[in-house]
Amino acid sequence: MAKMHIKLTVNGRAVETLAEPRMLLIHLLREELSLTGPHIGCDTSHCGACTVDLNGKSVKSCTVFAAQANGATILTIEGMAAADGTLHPLQEAFREHHGLQCGFCTPGMITRAYRLLQENSNPSEAEIRAGISGNLCRCTGYQNIVKAIRAAAERISTSKEAAE
Amino acid sequence: MSDAVETAEARTQKLEGLGTKRKRVEDARFTQGKGHYVDDIKLPGMLFGDFVRSQYGHARIKSIKKDAALALPGVVAVLTAAELKPLKLHYMPTLAGDVQAVLADEKVLFQGQEIAFVVAQDRYTAADAVELIEVEYEELPAINDATKAMAPNAPVLRDDLQGKTEGAHGKRKHHNHIFTWEVGDADATASALARAEVVAKERIVYQRVHPCPLETCGCVASMDKINGHLTVWGTFQAPHAVRTVASLISGIPEHKIRIISPDIGGGFGNKVGVYPGYICSIVASIVTGVPVKWIEDRMENLLATAFARDYHMTGEIAATKEGRITALRCHVLADHGAFDACADPTKYPAGFFSICTGSYDIPVAHLTVDGVYTNKAPGGVAYRCSFRVTEASYFIERMVDVLARKLQLDPAEIRRRNLIRKEQFPYQSALGWEYDSGDYLTALDKALKTVDYAGLREEQRRNREAFARGETRKLMGIGVSFFTEIVGAGPIKNCDILGLGMFDSCEIRVHPTGSAIARLGTISQGQGHATTFAQILASEIGIPAANITVEEGDTDTAPYGLGTYGSRSTPVAGAATAMAGRKIRAKAQMIAAYLLEVHDDDLEWDVDRFRVKGAPERFKTMAEIAFAAYNKVPPGMEPGLEAVSYYDPPNMTYPFGAYVAVVDVEVDTGITEIRRFYALDDCGTRINPMIIEGQVHGGLTEALGIAMGQEIAYDEFGNAKNVTLLDFFLPTAVETPVWETDHTTTPSPHHPIGAKGVGESPNVGGVSAFSNAVNDAFAHLGLVHTAMPHDHWRVWKTAKSLGLVS
Repeated sequence: MAKMHIKLTVNGRAVETLAEPRMLLIHLLREELSLTGPHIGCDTSHCGACTVDLNGKSVKSCTVFAAQANGATILTIEGMAAADGTLHPLQEAFREHHGLQCGFCTPGMITRAYRLLQENSNPSEAEIRAGISGNLCRCTGYQNIVKAIRAAAERISTSKEAAE
Repeated sequence: MSDAVETAEARTQKLEGLGTKRKRVEDARFTQGKGHYVDDIKLPGMLFGDFVRSQYGHARIKSIKKDAALALPGVVAVLTAAELKPLKLHYMPTLAGDVQAVLADEKVLFQGQEIAFVVAQDRYTAADAVELIEVEYEELPAINDATKAMAPNAPVLRDDLQGKTEGAHGKRKHHNHIFTWEVGDADATASALARAEVVAKERIVYQRVHPCPLETCGCVASMDKINGHLTVWGTFQAPHAVRTVASLISGIPEHKIRIISPDIGGGFGNKVGVYPGYICSIVASIVTGVPVKWIEDRMENLLATAFARDYHMTGEIAATKEGRITALRCHVLADHGAFDACADPTKYPAGFFSICTGSYDIPVAHLTVDGVYTNKAPGGVAYRCSFRVTEASYFIERMVDVLARKLQLDPAEIRRRNLIRKEQFPYQSALGWEYDSGDYLTALDKALKTVDYAGLREEQRRNREAFARGETRKLMGIGVSFFTEIVGAGPIKNCDILGLGMFDSCEIRVHPTGSAIARLGTISQGQGHATTFAQILASEIGIPAANITVEEGDTDTAPYGLGTYGSRSTPVAGAATAMAGRKIRAKAQMIAAYLLEVHDDDLEWDVDRFRVKGAPERFKTMAEIAFAAYNKVPPGMEPGLEAVSYYDPPNMTYPFGAYVAVVDVEVDTGITEIRRFYALDDCGTRINPMIIEGQVHGGLTEALGIAMGQEIAYDEFGNAKNVTLLDFFLPTAVETPVWETDHTTTPSPHHPIGAKGVGESPNVGGVSAFSNAVNDAFAHLGLVHTAMPHDHWRVWKTAKSLGLVS
């Protein structure tokens, strides 16, 4: 099958690659770019383990062709920490509040929560629950994930206020 | 602050030992996308395997045409039963003493059964090749129902067993029958039932469900043809057992096989068994000489690997008019699917279902279980429970409620009247178990008080009146469940799998600078072993948990153990960890005595050091002792500070708990809202309360899924109807309520640190609490029992059957 030339920006890095037209974005990320943080849990866009941020929106990368991401800016869990290695408040909060167990949903969950907080910096518990309802977790029962996202939101807004 | 003035309390805190809400050491990698799961493995030259699966529930295979697939560029091989037969690998032994087809031999017995294994250079090509393989079938009548399977004229499912009247667990009484398992006193139970003042009888079905961990099953097999070594990375909950099985099946000597379980994305019982994908990947790697990866997709996972439950139970419970239970009888028709691939200890073909007398002092009981074959996927695994314990708990907790209805007694009150009393422990159950410890009434009272049970019942009374007046269309239901688990399999005298005793192990090496590594025979799938086992050890040997690495899952480095399932890690491997730690401490004491020039009896342990009795200023810390172990040991003593323990538990452990669910059922839609859920767990000594709570949240959420919506159903043609996440209910954050957790602490008397295990309790206790609540919502209208799952449609149907909706 003829391959397509794809250019995109992933975690701030310019990437060029060849991919079959039918290649899924998740496979491009995981297998061509060795970004194995996003996972495959269902192939049918139900579980959200493959969630990445594409042009400022949460997408399930198992249901996006790599070709559709041509020219896009993508953020995955691997790009969440600051350049100096400082973890994102969400990453800190998930550990602090025991928001993960087996870790398989975590990259997608944190990436989704990142976008949620971009869209709503002060979400209520109900808004958080609705906001992550496209991401399944089989271990935690969500309670501590919700707590972690709430705590991260507070920390982000506190540090913003301090900066202002 | 110097050591000399630091208080024992401050030093204890530094250890982060037992009882500490220690943050998890696993999280740094998981939160940064640096976990290492099997599908993350990439090896040079690695090929991909994919299955052609049966479209039919029951059919004869007339031909398999694979030429077109083999002609596709990038396809390396296609394996079928014809290729495996000469190697005697077309069947494999199951953990239950049956055999299972690796690739279908002449017949397929369930939809999704493996027929051919394609090996190609990438997963896309493999998927293309699967489409190019043509299988010609002759469809046969499929059996989707365990009762129909036992009809005299039912189709023969297992041609390979024809004429075999003796199975792994005794006589087979029908061509689709697997075993009969009987426990208890039949005559005494029959006579108690015959003379009882009250008998309640009910048929209780626990539907077929699936553990459905977020990561599916998979492996990478790599045969090094030069040195003859086989390495297999995979989602294995029992890596050592897999190594032994792989050696027995393949004939490769066990020392040349290395099994590695990397990070595992949840297991819940799904990853205990040995699956055709593993065998085919190994064979393919042997044939091709390069690594072969196989990762199942979600549909394959729900379709083919390890369902749970499918228990059809008939119960009779006898009692006095005052509600004192006098006897229990239970018969189970157990649907095992096409092959008996349960993962139970050998002597227990129905697992520990005989814990079905529950938390109650029932004088006599009798249980029979008939296992049968149907045209459904094989399995019957312990989905977040010890072997068949969720089934048992659901059974007795529903039966007690059914009895309460008949006697017009409150469900909490009937439990109170029958709970085993504290002074009766160790308690001998009518079906042969010795419950180690419990304080049930205290737990029940605490639960009822916390939720204001009397207040809830009063509110329900008002709700019912308002409903009768037409002021509301919602009915309030209160579900009470008091469960006793049996976990920690188990004592070698009665627990083995394929002849392997169910001990577990820990090996500890203390390094010269006072840090350590501990390796265990178990494997975490999210339970946080690297965090909690270090805590056990920190308290035993006085080395901070932060300075202890815990490693599991590599059979070349870890001591042999039976793995992680059935809440056995803490009861068995956790005990081994404590015992190995005590061996370290015993040697450390002798070294300290030598260094301090006193007799070792003159020393006493003080958090992280040995000090001279009566002269506490004279001491040696574990760090000092560790260094001395490598250069200054007493004459005649071997240098080094290492220990290993293989722990054969003297008994199971018996965690218990009291749960209360409050639901509001909207009768016009069947939508059930979980208003409140309170869970009191007693898991003995608590190692890490943060992790315990997390486990309880997760287990309750899985229980919610099972009780309120999960089912793997088959139609009459053998089609599996719920095998994507569109149809198979996994609760999201929206359906999941806020969980209230609580605890009492009754240590296990026989476990070295008194711990009992907790991961599965919330599932065992949770399912019946939800179900009891839904049933309770309609109880005043005459409903005695309605079956799970309580999804909107079924609840609405119940409401309709009671005349509540037109």
